[in-house]
Amino acid sequence: MNNFECPECGGGVAVGTAVLPGEILECPDCGVELEVISTHPLQLELAPEVAEDWGE
Amino acid sequence: MRASIVGGSGYAGGELLRLLLAHPQVRVAQVTSQQHAGRYVHGVHPNLRGITRLQFCAVEELQPCDVLFLALPYGRAAAQIEQFAALAERVIDLSADFRLRDAAVYERWYGQSHPNPGWLADFVYGLPELHRERLRGARYVSGVGCNATAVNLALAPLVQAGWIERAVVDLKVGSSEGGNSFSAASHHPERSGAVRSFAPTGHRHQAEVLQALGAMELHFSVTAVELVRGVLCTAHVFLNRDVDEKAVWQLYRAAYGGEPFIRLVHERKGIYRYPEPKILAGTNWCDIGFARDEQSRRLVVLSALDNLMKGAAGTAVQCLNVMMGWPERMGLEFTGLHPV
Repeated sequence: MNNFECPECGGGVAVGTAVLPGEILECPDCGVELEVISTHPLQLELAPEVAEDWGE
Repeated sequence: MRASIVGGSGYAGGELLRLLLAHPQVRVAQVTSQQHAGRYVHGVHPNLRGITRLQFCAVEELQPCDVLFLALPYGRAAAQIEQFAALAERVIDLSADFRLRDAAVYERWYGQSHPNPGWLADFVYGLPELHRERLRGARYVSGVGCNATAVNLALAPLVQAGWIERAVVDLKVGSSEGGNSFSAASHHPERSGAVRSFAPTGHRHQAEVLQALGAMELHFSVTAVELVRGVLCTAHVFLNRDVDEKAVWQLYRAAYGGEPFIRLVHERKGIYRYPEPKILAGTNWCDIGFARDEQSRRLVVLSALDNLMKGAAGTAVQCLNVMMGWPERMGLEFTGLHPV
């Protein structure tokens, strides 16, 4: 298990050793979605977001 | 530990009784109510039916105990503090009587001279997140104001970091803040559905914030909304520097990462992205979130809590746990309901 720093909030994101490129992970603190860009080396980037109406 | 409650028929007193009856280190000895003396406590607090056979007694019947909680209307605890202090080694007062250290400040905000100013210096302001070390081993602890707590916890990390130029705080609050006495203003056809600006300026809890956080330019408005329990604080904080949200995250994590009752809530998706008092009813949580205005140095800090819990009885029990060296979550583990 690797620990990756969330680019959004700086929190810790646990990344399993079996992740695959294209997999989407979620930051437990801010909830942002992160896409696994590569596994060697491990590289995560903010995943594209779809705007949603969440409760006005 | 034997605990008694003076003034147990109000909302804060009833909440305190609910918590203490379930606390593994506490046995509730007596609960007073002048109005309801002789009645079973569940006659006033129906949620306690089947939990206890305690009956309210008169204050004159109080016996010595280990800790005495005072949940009386403003001014009454201060007027009788010598009598109460003689009954117990420790006293925790939920009212506003001993929150302010300076009698002149009390007089300015409460419109009357303090009934017993000689005792003010003996009480520790009972907000563990700010005064944990002073609470350890303290004998006399004052409760906290619910609105003040929402503001104090929202702003404290920014104040400690020296980031605030000024702050404008808007609080939306539930009807239980007004206590269990009724008036024309609380009559159902008048209160239900109201969005009532009952203190656009001059709310007394502002004094507690200035005492706890220090002198600053702080503007404070309170609006009563359609809630029974709950406070939502929206603090518009004008910063004296440019910061990004990651830096704000780091600041709040450093301040509250180890706190047992504070959660940082700032999520990118879902329904509950920011603090929301609805899901905190009955819990001792204070949820804190924030959003930075991209166009200015305004940072909106949001905090939510249950006014009867983290804003009153819950924090009082948390203080007892700190005073006694018990785990702070003891007796306060309820996580809340969803949906509710």
